Amino acid sequence: MLRYLLSKLLTFVPTFLGVTLVSFAFIRVLPGDPIIVMAGERGLTEERYAELQAQFGFDRPLYVQFWDYLTGVLQGDLGESFVTKKPVWDEFFSLFPATLELSIVAIILATALGIPAGVIAAMYRGKFFDRALMSSALVGYSMPIFWWALLLIIVFSGNLGWTPVSGRIDLLYFFPDVTGFMLIDSLLSGQKGAFASAVSHLVLPSIVLATIPLAVIARQTRSAMLEVLSEDYIRTARAKGLAPVRVNGLHALRNAMIPVVTVIGLSVGMLLAGAILTETIFSWPGIGKWMLDSIFRRDYPVVQGGLLLVAGFVMVVNLIVDLLYGLINPKIRKR
Amino acid sequence: MADATAQTAPTTPARPGRFKEFWRYFRENKGAVVGLYIFAAFLLLALFAGLIAPHDPLVQYRSATLVPPAWQEGGTWSYILGTDPLGRDMLSRLLYGARYSFVVGVVVVILASTGGILLGLISGFAPKWLDTFIMRLMDIILSFPALLLALVLVAILGPSLVNAMIAIAIAYQPHYVRLTRAAVIAERSKDYVISAKVAGARLPRLMFITVLPNCLAPIIVQAALSFSNAILDVAALGFLGMGAQPPTPEWGTMLAEAREFILRAWWVVTFPGLAILITVIAINLMGDGLRDALDPKLKRS
Repeated sequence: MLRYLLSKLLTFVPTFLGVTLVSFAFIRVLPGDPIIVMAGERGLTEERYAELQAQFGFDRPLYVQFWDYLTGVLQGDLGESFVTKKPVWDEFFSLFPATLELSIVAIILATALGIPAGVIAAMYRGKFFDRALMSSALVGYSMPIFWWALLLIIVFSGNLGWTPVSGRIDLLYFFPDVTGFMLIDSLLSGQKGAFASAVSHLVLPSIVLATIPLAVIARQTRSAMLEVLSEDYIRTARAKGLAPVRVNGLHALRNAMIPVVTVIGLSVGMLLAGAILTETIFSWPGIGKWMLDSIFRRDYPVVQGGLLLVAGFVMVVNLIVDLLYGLINPKIRKR
Repeated sequence: MADATAQTAPTTPARPGRFKEFWRYFRENKGAVVGLYIFAAFLLLALFAGLIAPHDPLVQYRSATLVPPAWQEGGTWSYILGTDPLGRDMLSRLLYGARYSFVVGVVVVILASTGGILLGLISGFAPKWLDTFIMRLMDIILSFPALLLALVLVAILGPSLVNAMIAIAIAYQPHYVRLTRAAVIAERSKDYVISAKVAGARLPRLMFITVLPNCLAPIIVQAALSFSNAILDVAALGFLGMGAQPPTPEWGTMLAEAREFILRAWWVVTFPGLAILITVIAINLMGDGLRDALDPKLKRS
């Protein structure tokens, strides 16, 4: 296990360096000079321009700049936003809980509905339930989620008036940030109606974000279950006269879970990509919206730093999934 | 060399049989056949959009803005699916939009698969250091969520449909590299490859003529998958204002323009999304059929 762990860590380091290099390179090839962009319409004198270039270190050789950037990254220094003048690192971590909360609720929703759907479909293979569930799954993973979000807004916010259209909570409520998770903070604040408001803001975005992972998990669970159900030990368990619930639930599902857990872990990248669209449509103040806004504002340090942190997050989660997978399935470690 | 030709000769007359066998398996999956029909219809509509469309997709009928579909009150049969906020005919725009989606799918698949197959072949045959280098490079690309990577690339290259396609193709490429490399490694040690090598086949011949045809099954399935994903992602980029630019009748861009009218005019939002959804479902159905027909592991004996 230790060797497996070390080999995984060894591939992690060069990949992380590469990711840093890529996000560093992006800012140097973006069209438009960042300093001119910062100056805006007022313009700049030649001297001031040179001064600023020196201040940001743009006048030095690229490898020196990269080295500085890399050592900064390792110390948590990603530069400052051109627009807000706040450190990118701080901005990221003040917005990250919003994205994390949305993603966690979405993945719980996707898992809680996707696994039972897949198990039921496998148990009724070829029958009505299987067809109905798998057709819905097909629609789910073919869904343009930005359109899906608009439809839900038309029906639930427009026609029925059940849910708000944007934000995380009504402006009526104000309480201190304790955890950054609106659901928990609103409960801690003890204000009446705050929690309900937070929930009603969360419903539509989390449904939208959960749609594709839900469909993928349901399909994956079904095919893993079908594979396991054809194994000899399942036949043995049935022959012994075990109740179908016990056979399907205990024997089959447990072994079918291994690939499903991997899929859930690997859907983090999918969730973050989905978060860009979901957060933009629902004005959810998280990482996805922040990145998109920064791209439009040409706020280079934010684009650069955000890209790096998002990729770093995806890499860490994938590493953890890999390690867990090695832990559950000893066959993997040998390779 | 004579030996190698003797080895490959029997496969040549077997080709039509192979396609027949594929078709037999593909036809068994009814969903896949339905998907194929819808896709064929989509293709025909895209090809003949110029003949079928009742109006020019860019002409703005200023006296007829936001006309509802024909069957609804206030609708007229000259604008069957209604008009958008600028008075352009929805049906005509949707038909022309099919062209963009089709081109997007084809171009992204061709770009991503050519690059990916080439790198995958090199990686599979290369010495270990080069293999490791290529695979780390792909790991780096895969660490960025595809849509985010595409967004930043488009911001660098400038927002346009062509740049969106290039960006998406770069983001998809690693999947082809990994699939090709895995298939190459599985094939490389088989007898027919060794015999071709012994017979004196050079590396390019070995790569492209001996091994590659036997690695194509998973790549074809991946191509179907990335065709539909490309349509979704390019539409998403268009929706975010980073893909095709107005007034192009691209489906995602149309949705972006329609966004502020969602509560007043359901048709400007519903139809472009429905067009995307149906196209993507059809392609995914075909992809499932391709997988069933080509993947020997799942083939019924």
